[in-house]
Amino acid sequence: MVSIKEALETYQEEFFLAGNSTCAGCGLEIALRWAMKALGPNTSLVTPASCLNVVVGLWPKTAPNFPFMNMAFAAGAAAATGVSAAFKAKAYRFPGKVWEKMTTLVFAGDGGTTDIGIQGLSGAAERNSNIIYCCYDNEAYMNTGIQRSSSTPHGAVTTTTTLGKERYKKNLPRIMASHEIPYVATCSVSEPLDLFEKFKKAKSIEGCKYIHVLASCPPGWGIPSEDSVEIPRLAVKTGSWILYEVENGVITLSKKSKPLLDPSKRAPLIDYLSRQKRFSKISEKDLIELQERLDLQWVKISSEIKCQENLS
Amino acid sequence: MVEAQEDFIQERETIIIKGNVAAAYAAKSARVQVISAYPITPQTTVVEKLSEFVDNGEMPGTEYIKVESEHTVMASIIGASTAGTRTFTATSGQGLFYMYEMVHWAAGARLPIVTTIASRAPAPPWNIWADFTDVISCRDTGWMISFAANHQEIYDDVLMSYKISEDYDILLPKFVAYGGFTLSHTSKPVTIEDQDAVDNFLPPLPDERGWPHIFLDPERPMMHGNLIMPSGFYNEFRLKIHHTMLLAKDKIKEVAKEFESTFGRHYGNGLIQEYKMNDADVAIINYGELAMQMEQAVDDLREEGYKVGCVKLRYFRPFPVEDIINVARKVKVLGVADRATAFGSPTGGPVSCEVKSALYNSGVSTQILPIIMGLGGREVTLEQQKNQLKILINLNETGEFPKDMIDGTFWDGLLEVE
Repeated sequence: MVSIKEALETYQEEFFLAGNSTCAGCGLEIALRWAMKALGPNTSLVTPASCLNVVVGLWPKTAPNFPFMNMAFAAGAAAATGVSAAFKAKAYRFPGKVWEKMTTLVFAGDGGTTDIGIQGLSGAAERNSNIIYCCYDNEAYMNTGIQRSSSTPHGAVTTTTTLGKERYKKNLPRIMASHEIPYVATCSVSEPLDLFEKFKKAKSIEGCKYIHVLASCPPGWGIPSEDSVEIPRLAVKTGSWILYEVENGVITLSKKSKPLLDPSKRAPLIDYLSRQKRFSKISEKDLIELQERLDLQWVKISSEIKCQENLS
Repeated sequence: MVEAQEDFIQERETIIIKGNVAAAYAAKSARVQVISAYPITPQTTVVEKLSEFVDNGEMPGTEYIKVESEHTVMASIIGASTAGTRTFTATSGQGLFYMYEMVHWAAGARLPIVTTIASRAPAPPWNIWADFTDVISCRDTGWMISFAANHQEIYDDVLMSYKISEDYDILLPKFVAYGGFTLSHTSKPVTIEDQDAVDNFLPPLPDERGWPHIFLDPERPMMHGNLIMPSGFYNEFRLKIHHTMLLAKDKIKEVAKEFESTFGRHYGNGLIQEYKMNDADVAIINYGELAMQMEQAVDDLREEGYKVGCVKLRYFRPFPVEDIINVARKVKVLGVADRATAFGSPTGGPVSCEVKSALYNSGVSTQILPIIMGLGGREVTLEQQKNQLKILINLNETGEFPKDMIDGTFWDGLLEVE
């Protein structure tokens, strides 16, 4: 992995420019900035309805300096499939030009991915459309004012779960891996170099790539904007958000998550939850149950990895 | 997959094919670069045939995306068109309704997408047969909408559509609609034109730079469709779409003329096609395949000595207001027959409403008789259409309307209900 100094020196070009209207400490902004550093200029982005539609700037102002297409809520993966097919058709007519080198990227929120966009995304994955689909997951409909999505975790207060969400977070990366696509990865905005490397790898792979980024949202999570890196870092440290890659069906834990196979290395979940206002209504009982569920998830992932090792 | 045949060239041939196959041949002749498709009855054989063409290497360089829903069909076509390629898809009824959100999007983005509709009645109850309510529901989307009345016209109108839509003064998407099963699944001789002739007729495929107003090009990074405030140019963008619709009328006429001089087939003035109208006392407007059968009804009544005529409406959007006024001026009584519904509207039929609206303040006081018939694929016989003409003749001679009118509209061919 490159060092942060090296990455900043080597990849000085910025694609998501200053002057965009993200909130202070916006996780999406960190994710897109580093993703674009990894992908470079020959990238065309599609974004369905999400914060990103708005924070790029109101017409005619715009912060991204790369081709950028806004799309309807359910249609991110679908439109990208068409863009990617058109680049291929153009590469056929104009060989040796930029068209065969284009990367088609989707940047969508968790609502546009795990709820309204899941059909189109599942379709794109099943037909292995040559796209990188990134879900920046701030765990609720933040753009419309913090409503629950199927990616909102248990216990989180939103404007439509005023007592805390009863149901659990949908595990979309695993659902995507079940589509037998060549590459699935999870990232956190607290680990930009890990994110950078994963986008670089995704770019080098033909077919449908899915990257799920935990992206903090200070107003939505009820955290101070200066904590927007620290809190997702705690998500990783507690093992609540696991960083991994699934390449052709084989799961590998990433550097920051791998040591957490040892339960003693994991910080208690409360360290992550207690610093966010959205979890203020979680009961003691809930907390015990959530920690147990998390531990079980680690048992499963650990046995999956052991199983893979035995096979190879 | 077989290797693409780089040298595959379609030669002029006349073959007996289904209407859907004619649509597929037209897409092939137009050298579409990206197709996106999802099956729905009665459109399915369009995309089946295209799949066969692509798999046989007859459409070299064409990307064919097989997607999981119609919403994705139109979204992916929008993506492909935005990136600067000629695109095609086909759908019907429920499929069109499912893609409706993206239908608006395509027009708002001013993308020259061409889509064929094998028209089908809306459910419930399930009904898969001819009814133009599907495409007519797209009235206010900003898509141009035309009707093909026979198998050859499906092929011809798709070709004309690309020439109209891709004109830099137009740049609007277009539907070509024809009756599900009545045309989609019946067979007739259709002339497929020589590839060179089609290439010469159509504008060249978009070059590397894509369309003039919209492109995805790293050398010219551009933002498409971001949020605009009420004080921004939103109203003006909408006015431009309306203005373009009006401009398109001339373009449609011009292209129909050029099509006739190139391929020898005549489609009236492009917007409407009149039949034996010069000395007619009464006439009737139809669209789709029933316009063809009406010509036979006119011939039959002419043999009986009646001065009757008919008009085939080729375009619903843009609506040929001036031509309709001229038609109405020629006769004393004008029937307008809809195979579609517009519930709660003044006549209950979408096109008869348009005709009445067009004539208001035109100074033409022709009596209009709105007719609704053939919904959900119910057969409309030649005898029925002859009877419609006779009703118009009687109305002209005696001023008497048929007895069983429903709120000013004649619903023809209803079952007896207690």
